[in-house]
Amino acid sequence: MGKDIREDIAWAQINKDVLKSLETPRRMYWIILFIAIAMVGVAVGSEVYQYQTGMGVSNKNNSHVWGLYIATFIFWIGMSHSGTLLSAILHLMHADWRKPIYRFAEAMTTFSLMTAGLFVLVHLGRLWQVYYVMPYPNERWVWPNFQSPLVWDMFAIATYLSSSVLFLYVGMIPDLAICRDNIHAGWRKKLYTVMSLGWEGTDRQWRNFRITYLTIACFLIPLAVSVHSIVASDFAMSNMPGWHVTSFPPYFVAGALYSGCAAIITLFVILRYVFKFEEYMTLPIMKKLVRLTFAIAMVWTYLNLIEFASVWYGHDQTAKDQLIFKATGPYAPFFWAMIFFGSILPLMLAFKRFQTHLPILFVVSIFLNVGMWLERWMIIAPSFAHGHYPWTWDHDQWPSLVQWGIVFGSFGWFTLLFMVFCKVFPSVSMYEVKEMVYHRSLALKHKPAVKGDY
Amino acid sequence: MSKRHLLALFNDFDEAVAAIAEIRGASIKGFDIDDMLLKSPIEHPEVEDVLGDKPVNVQWFTLIGACMGGLLAFFLVASAQANFFSQIKGGKPIVPLPPDFVLTYEMFILGGVFITMLGFLICSGLPAKRSPLYSVKVSEDQIGILVQGDESALAALKTIFTKHKALEIQEEAGK
Repeated sequence: MGKDIREDIAWAQINKDVLKSLETPRRMYWIILFIAIAMVGVAVGSEVYQYQTGMGVSNKNNSHVWGLYIATFIFWIGMSHSGTLLSAILHLMHADWRKPIYRFAEAMTTFSLMTAGLFVLVHLGRLWQVYYVMPYPNERWVWPNFQSPLVWDMFAIATYLSSSVLFLYVGMIPDLAICRDNIHAGWRKKLYTVMSLGWEGTDRQWRNFRITYLTIACFLIPLAVSVHSIVASDFAMSNMPGWHVTSFPPYFVAGALYSGCAAIITLFVILRYVFKFEEYMTLPIMKKLVRLTFAIAMVWTYLNLIEFASVWYGHDQTAKDQLIFKATGPYAPFFWAMIFFGSILPLMLAFKRFQTHLPILFVVSIFLNVGMWLERWMIIAPSFAHGHYPWTWDHDQWPSLVQWGIVFGSFGWFTLLFMVFCKVFPSVSMYEVKEMVYHRSLALKHKPAVKGDY
Repeated sequence: MSKRHLLALFNDFDEAVAAIAEIRGASIKGFDIDDMLLKSPIEHPEVEDVLGDKPVNVQWFTLIGACMGGLLAFFLVASAQANFFSQIKGGKPIVPLPPDFVLTYEMFILGGVFITMLGFLICSGLPAKRSPLYSVKVSEDQIGILVQGDESALAALKTIFTKHKALEIQEEAGK
């Protein structure tokens, strides 16, 4: 395998390359931004229509109380886990290769959570009553039910979002100081000056920075696991057939990491091209990322099989009927597409020739996420269409265009936030890449010369 | 006697460390070793060998923040549940511990993270004003040593910096 990064790359060059990304991206950047804005327009139009007309236009009904909104909410929550994986877990494991790519993965975490949060509001319908979920004493003596996983969700996601934003910000402070020192005028200069807090890279600052970053990383790992376990509890703690399964929390966490890793591959390819990051987002790093994704895909497949097996060999006939319904009923094409995209397609990633083939990886990673989105939809829609009581058996329910429009637009919203972030803030961590280069050159200095390095 | 600042820039980290070691060993009159700062574009934990061990107290903030967050959550939730008027329990535990653990845990983390951040700002002295001498090269690829000493000490410090191949020495203007 080649080098993750060239050790002879000059530190000043690293600053120059990354700072250039804040100024002159390729034209493709503006095309992506324009498409994203158009997609957001579709979502805003659909939401305004739904808001003015009522929730009926979403085509949700009494048995199908959760539609695409909640499926997509889970999808976006799941997507957010990749940032934690790359920044926190791999940081604790001293995996150096994460350094050039963790910043955008962290940004992905933040923006995925912000997108997921919107779906709670959209799903509520009565937006003006969102404060009901907040714990506060009021004149009607109504408190949230603290034993409900839905209230846990509110706490967990708020904690995860605020902690992720802080983690992203703390990790960016040294880079913001670089931006402050190199950008000479305008609103950006003011923004970086304020946000860098007067960072000068003193030994005292670095010492405290190291401990702070490590501490927040240690908090984020159990937090990320708890967030998706709690989201899984929204389902697993109910009595719906197919949902009341002990393996749901680890299954959700694995699915989250899986979709997050696939999204990192997609964004890796985009950023590498748009911002000309070929020196930093290298093929050997992609190879490691692809192998990680493959491993997580296999864990997800295993947990999927466990879920099926526990239903199949269990004594809950309704849950078994539900599983058969998924595989043979009107949702069967989507169910099998989920299996194909989630478990069969990633087998390609095991072959070396595909592990660094960027166009193929780009397409495959998108399909992996289609599979992961279908997984979430297949948890929700067939379960509501074939519940315990025959009156719930509404097999022909199909989400309206309003629902599809909002889901479609959410991808634009995420892309818009993400691309604006990458244009305003450095999406490659300059100081960590310098550390990587420094440690590699030190290692080379102390290593006897051998043929076939790495 | 008035004190002035001196900033020496180095290309090589080893040279900067050697300069610090020599300054520590030289016991220069009119200069306190605690008035020396190393500025670098990346983190160098090795520098602690020559600068001496300095305490990091961020973890105490973390401990206090996490405990406060957890306790706050538990008492908020438990006091709400203990209010019979708002929630009729029908024979179930008034304060059920297993489900309350979840929110306690979440707020434990939230408190820990927020107060760690606060601790970081306090312990690092941030937000901070710009030092009297600063070079943008420090955020690029050079190592800076900022010292503060009496007029009489500056000459000796300059000699040491020059000996260790300082690329540039900046001196604060006299008052």
